[in-house]
Amino acid sequence: MRSRRDVILDRWVDLVVAGVRGRITESELRAELSELYGLIERSTGGEREAAGELRAALTEISRTRARQGFSPSETAVSVFALKQAVLEQVGAIGDVAAYAEFVAFSSGVDDLGLLTFETYAAAREQVIADQTEQLLELSTPVVKLWEGILGVPLVGTLDSARTQVVMETLLERLVETGSQFAVIDITGVPAVDTEVAQHLLKTVMAARLMGTDCVISGIRPQIAQTIVALGIEFGDIPTKASLADALEWAMERSGTRLVGGAGA
Amino acid sequence: MERVPILKIGQVLLVSIQVDLQDQTVLALQEDLADRIVRTGARGVIIDITAVDIVDSFIGRMFATIASMSRLMDAETVVVGMRPAVAITLVELGLSLGGVRTALDLEKGMRLLGAPLPAIGPGAVDSP
Repeated sequence: MRSRRDVILDRWVDLVVAGVRGRITESELRAELSELYGLIERSTGGEREAAGELRAALTEISRTRARQGFSPSETAVSVFALKQAVLEQVGAIGDVAAYAEFVAFSSGVDDLGLLTFETYAAAREQVIADQTEQLLELSTPVVKLWEGILGVPLVGTLDSARTQVVMETLLERLVETGSQFAVIDITGVPAVDTEVAQHLLKTVMAARLMGTDCVISGIRPQIAQTIVALGIEFGDIPTKASLADALEWAMERSGTRLVGGAGA
Repeated sequence: MERVPILKIGQVLLVSIQVDLQDQTVLALQEDLADRIVRTGARGVIIDITAVDIVDSFIGRMFATIASMSRLMDAETVVVGMRPAVAITLVELGLSLGGVRTALDLEKGMRLLGAPLPAIGPGAVDSP
């Protein structure tokens, strides 16, 4: 195997290049694989450190592949292809001892392939978790409606995780902007149950503790009916039918007077 | 034992909490404060907790106690500068501090109590 290093490496690169279909350049791939090859040589030679390094290098490669959107088998094949490259050379020698050696080598490569598979799966899960978090942040914007008035348009179902993010972002922004009023708009919330109401109340209470008045807007007819049917009490929290009403309320309270306009 | 200083600005007493509050400190503060309200005839108390990172239910109750105590002596209490994390903790603890007024910062708290603010520069004339 050592004597035919270049031949095997060339063949390995060829096999893998066919699999990745131009998403990595050949020179990059060659650099990656020859590093791996060197490490494999050293670890089959019995070096302890090299085995560790090999695992680390493989982990890194499969992690990058997972981010780049390669499929798991494409990633694993880049390792398994080595077997074929070696086997062809063993066949060329046609020696029984070489075949026996190849069997041991092959099972070693299998282990490495499985390792890439595992790392690949872990990396993909990480990517999904990251995206979920980003989505959570994207779906909970806090916007400035007017000087001293923040708006929180909520869209979609409110669960504990989302409410926590909403609450934290709202409170942070209150401190940053020094806003006296916040309008929580639930026009985009499909259903209000006791849990959602509880979450809303907590958010309003926390804002009130910091010295900000909140108004809940966007109570649609069906939602009003559900709230009454469920017996949910919003206490002394002001609620409005539309965002416009809530904004008007907040502006009036903050001492801003609207002049003119069709509805005024 | 550490004592929290109580400052007087016009008709308002200002308590700015800069240390980690021990139960003993809090009790001493309540005593001192009650004493000062009577002696100075203050109309308002501002508790500034901008520097407070951690609260427990005892501290939470302290605000309520101080508020009802000073109301008996005709002084209104405003808690100012509460951090988001502190607010979340208090809500999770189920303390809503009913009867205590709150403001985002000291300036807004002063305005809430109707205390005259010193006019500094051209930007300071926007008070109602």
